Order: sequence, then structure tokens, then C-alpha cells
Amino acid sequence: MSKEIPPFRVNGIISLEDIKKVNLLPPEERLKKGPVVLIECPEMIPCNICVSACPFHAISMDKIIDIPRVDWDKCIGCGVCVSLCPGLSIFVVDLSKEDKALVTVPHEFLPAPKKGDEVTLLGRDGKPLGTGKVVKVWERNKTYIVTVETPKELAFEVKAIWVKK
Amino acid sequence: MPSSKKIDRRIWEHPILEFKRGKEVRFYFEGEEMKGYEGESIAVALYASGIDIFSWTEDNRPRGAFCMIGKCSSCFMVVNGIPNVRTCREPVRDGLRIERQRGLPDIPRVTRDEEGLESKTLETDFLVIGAGPAGLSAALKAAEYGLDVILVEDHFRLGGQLVKQTHKFFGSKDLFGGLRGFQIAEELSKKVSSNPKIKVFLETLAYGVFKDLTIGLASKKGHYKVKAKNILFSTGAYENYLAFPGNDLPGVMGAGGAQTLMNEYGIRPGDKVLTIGAGNVGLIVSYQLLQAGAKVKAIVEAMPQIGGWVVHAAKVRRYGIPIYTRHTIKEVWGNNRVEGATIVQVDEKWQPVPGTEKDIDCDLVIISVGLTPDTKLLAQTGAKMKWIPELGGLVALRTKYMETTVPGVFVAGDAKGIEEATTAIVEGKIAALTAVLRVLGHVDKAVEERRQLVQYLEQYRQSPLLSRSRRGIEKATIES
Repeated sequence: MSKEIPPFRVNGIISLEDIKKVNLLPPEERLKKGPVVLIECPEMIPCNICVSACPFHAISMDKIIDIPRVDWDKCIGCGVCVSLCPGLSIFVVDLSKEDKALVTVPHEFLPAPKKGDEVTLLGRDGKPLGTGKVVKVWERNKTYIVTVETPKELAFEVKAIWVKK
Repeated sequence: MPSSKKIDRRIWEHPILEFKRGKEVRFYFEGEEMKGYEGESIAVALYASGIDIFSWTEDNRPRGAFCMIGKCSSCFMVVNGIPNVRTCREPVRDGLRIERQRGLPDIPRVTRDEEGLESKTLETDFLVIGAGPAGLSAALKAAEYGLDVILVEDHFRLGGQLVKQTHKFFGSKDLFGGLRGFQIAEELSKKVSSNPKIKVFLETLAYGVFKDLTIGLASKKGHYKVKAKNILFSTGAYENYLAFPGNDLPGVMGAGGAQTLMNEYGIRPGDKVLTIGAGNVGLIVSYQLLQAGAKVKAIVEAMPQIGGWVVHAAKVRRYGIPIYTRHTIKEVWGNNRVEGATIVQVDEKWQPVPGTEKDIDCDLVIISVGLTPDTKLLAQTGAKMKWIPELGGLVALRTKYMETTVPGVFVAGDAKGIEEATTAIVEGKIAALTAVLRVLGHVDKAVEERRQLVQYLEQYRQSPLLSRSRRGIEKATIES
């Protein structure tokens, strides 16, 4: 172990810094315009599912092991890649509203979330960050793609939801 | 054990899977009537009803479920008077009489009725042993070029360990990437079953290699000698054990064994879980245990860092599962079933650090500390083997076309060294195309297709995080 180990390989938590380093943090101006993809994929996984998933050809790679590259002007934040990413590591953030943010996360647990549900918002380490209202849910191959309202300051922190049974 | 009647560990609602249970069946376990469902194995039906102990050793130590895929010997029981039946692979059915063994069993007076059993010699272009991702894709590829194929599998269904993979696979769309493992199994199995060039032998054991590479097969239907122009060993791998006090207590299970119970059969293997090993298997199975309604208390990893992809680790962290690197399991305790475990930090020399012990309240400890290639049968061919730790142990030397040092004998998938299902699928195809070329002579299309697949594998393995297995593969690869 002569090389330095990145902290995410010790604690399993991918930080915003890690995402910034691989150019996957959407630029400030783009964030203001509306929903945009947040791909939290800092390792060279042999996988290009997001590239073939994107209906707008906004994600690209030269080789299958590349870290995805996003064309921020082409991405409309539709969330199709969220539904297909095998690593469940893609999210959508929408910071265009004045008073709140919309965050889209993948969800693969029961009970199925429904529009209008108040759900627990979970952070990168599983800590509850409060509750949020589900504003949109759709499903693809048993993955629910759930959009929740969150306070603006939590837009990059909410990584999952938990629906009370 | 009257209390066992009330227990039902079956999962009736699951976010990803639908468990289509067959007809209800009744059988007898040590005299007591029990129920199961068609499609379950004996061990599965017993576990579902709360039976944790499958046998006792000579010195009265209980033995429970471990691998659940026919590779270990934890589930040996007496079935209708026949001892040492591997009950994890034996279908449960009406009227069976099951007894537990204590120590080594007596030799049965009656083995089986030889009448009505077939005895045949079969010839084929391509014999494939093991119907997991490598074997299924190899059989299909060879059949596509017109070869006659015999596919042998010891389980009662096709798919190998793909059938229990509920996560979506990495890779690219054209090689099933993005699909869930069991969906890939369904797709491949359907194609194999409907292909007239492929003859499938389920519940059949390839047990030995004889003169001129004749392979012996045995099943309930009979005994077969197969003379094949080419043989592929896609026999998979088995789970490694770990030494610690209490490691033989029922409730200490292979992570794959737990995954078989919950995802192939819909049985919750435990309610409170401790996972040993933060490689991809440990991380993925922990996530799937959450989906099955269990609580995962912690994942411990002796190495200073997580072994699997960080996206898999991030997935369990967001639901609050802690990962303790530089930690290991110290001991497990319980009365005939795990009731708790102690974990401890280790220092740079892997020695436990006194005072860092933590007790974990759990009823299931899953072991995911690596796999060992299953090469016992392959080695009988005389193929040259080599010990390569990066690939999980003893593996066969082979060309980049997956041919061993014995001409016409191939290896693919985890049996060639531990990797994963996508590479297994590609290797199976490469082996099959090489068999095609051996049978048919030069075929432009096959040569070109094989070239592209070899290139795909090379690119796929270029990730810096796969450098260890890449190094292993370099050591195992010989000139073609």
C-alpha cells in the first residue's frame, strides 16, 4: 500500500470533492437553469450503460473503463440514466426554484413510494436529514425513480429516501 | 420440534423478485410432517420452516446451511434411507422421509434400483460442463455455428449463480449490461432450452475423466459416457471459509449461500446480519439483505480499504450500514444458532488490537472473503495447473482462446480464475468459437468474432482497479 488510499475507498462515501475532481459536478450557471444530472462515479468501472441510456447523447466515453463525461448543455435532467445505472450512482438535482430544491434518487425497496408521500431523506452516510415530499415517481425494471422536495442546502446531500411502512 | 411448525421464513413480497412457488408438498422430517413447495430443494424447505441444524458431527457439533449450491457438505442428510444426499440440490417432493446424520453414516443396504436406468455412450462436438453464464453462452455460440452440444448441470435449473443476482450488471448494453443477473439467466436459459442443437442434462453430475477424455455422467435417469471433440469446464467456484471460534455454528453462512436462500428461493436467511468482507460480494449481498427485509448491522473488512467498487459501498452506506475497515471477526457465539458476534480492529500486522472489541447482536454472519475456482474435474484431464493467488488458487494454464494445455479442453468463467459474470459470458463465447474452428476448420466469421471478443475483454480489464486480476490472467495465459 505505497499509494495513498482515497478516503472513499475506506469509508464508502463519495464526497462532492471526489465528484468535482472527476468533472462531474454541474457548473453553477447550468444548475440555475433547471434539472441536471449528478453522476457520482469516481472509479474506472468497465461500464457504459449511462452512455447508451441517454436519449440526448449528453454522456460520453472513449473507452468502456472511462469515467463518464457530461455535456451540460445537452442534459435536460430527464432521469433515464438514473433508472438504468447499475451502480445506482446517478441523481438529478434541480436548483431552479426559489425556495426549494428537487432531488431525484433511485429507490429499490418496499413499500413503493407514491406521489405526495412524506419520506425520510437520507444522507451519504445514512443519517436522516429530515423529511421531504415526493413530487414524482416512475418505475423502470423494478427501480423507482423518485423526485423529492428538499431544502436548497440539502440538494447535494440527499442520496436516498426511506418510506415509512 | 413442535415449535418449528410456526416458523415461516419465506419472503412473500420483494421489491425486485416475484417468487413463483409451485404446488405445496408434504414430507417427513424425522417423523414430523412438514410442508414445502415444488421448486424448492429439501434443505431450502427445511430452512424455510426454521430448521437450522442439518446434521451433527461425531462430537455433537451442529452443522447448518453454508454454500447452498452443491459445493460444500453441510447439508448432507439421509433421504428415503440413502445417506449423504446433498439436500440443497435435491428437489423436495411429496412423501420424502428425511433424517439428520450424526457423524459418518452407515453404508446403506440398498443403494438404488438399477432397473430402468439408461446406460449410454454419447458422442458430441462440444461438451459443456456447468450451465452458468460461461457455459450457457458457450453452448449457444457453438450451436449457432452448427455444432452438436451437450450441456451438463448438477442443479435442477439452468443459469448457475446468475439466478440469484438481483442487481443490474455493469458492462455494455450489447453484452447484457444494465440487466439484472437473473434476467440474463432467464434470457440465456430460454434460448438454450429451445435450441435443437443443444441437449441439456439437468440434475446430472459429471463425475470423472476417463481414457481418451471420455467423461462420465451420472443422474437419476442413468449413466452416460460422453466422447466429445471439445470439452468446456465452466464449473464455477466455491466460497472460502474463514477460521474463527464458532465458525461452524449454524447461522454462519457463505454470503453466496445466503443469497441463494433469499434470491433464488425467497427465504430470509436471517434478521440481523453481520457481513465479513467488503468485496463486491459482501457489499452487494448486504444491500440485497436489506431488500429482503433484514437488518445489516455492519460490514467488516480486514484490509485497510474496501475491496469492491465504491458505488456498491456507497449504496449500503446511504441506508446506514457501517463499514469497518481494518476489522475482523473475533468470535461467534450461540446455542445451536448464531446469537451474536464480536468484531475487533486489526493492526498493520493483522493482529487484533486489544480493547477494540465490539459485540454485534446478530443471528446471521455471512462470509464473503473470496472464492476458489472449482477445478477438481478439469485437473483430471491432465491440464497443466498453476497456483495463482490473484485468481483465487489453482487454475489451468490456457491460451487467450481459453484452451488449456490439453488440446480441445477449455476453461471459462470463475473456474479459470475468479472474475465476474460479464467476463465469463465473453470467455464462454471465445472458447466456443475456438471449438468451432477445431471442428469446422477455418471459418472467417468465427475468427473475426473471436478477435473482437478477445479485444473487448482486454479493454474491459484495463481499469486500474482490476490490476490484480489482470496480473493473474497474464500469469495464467500461455502462447496460443
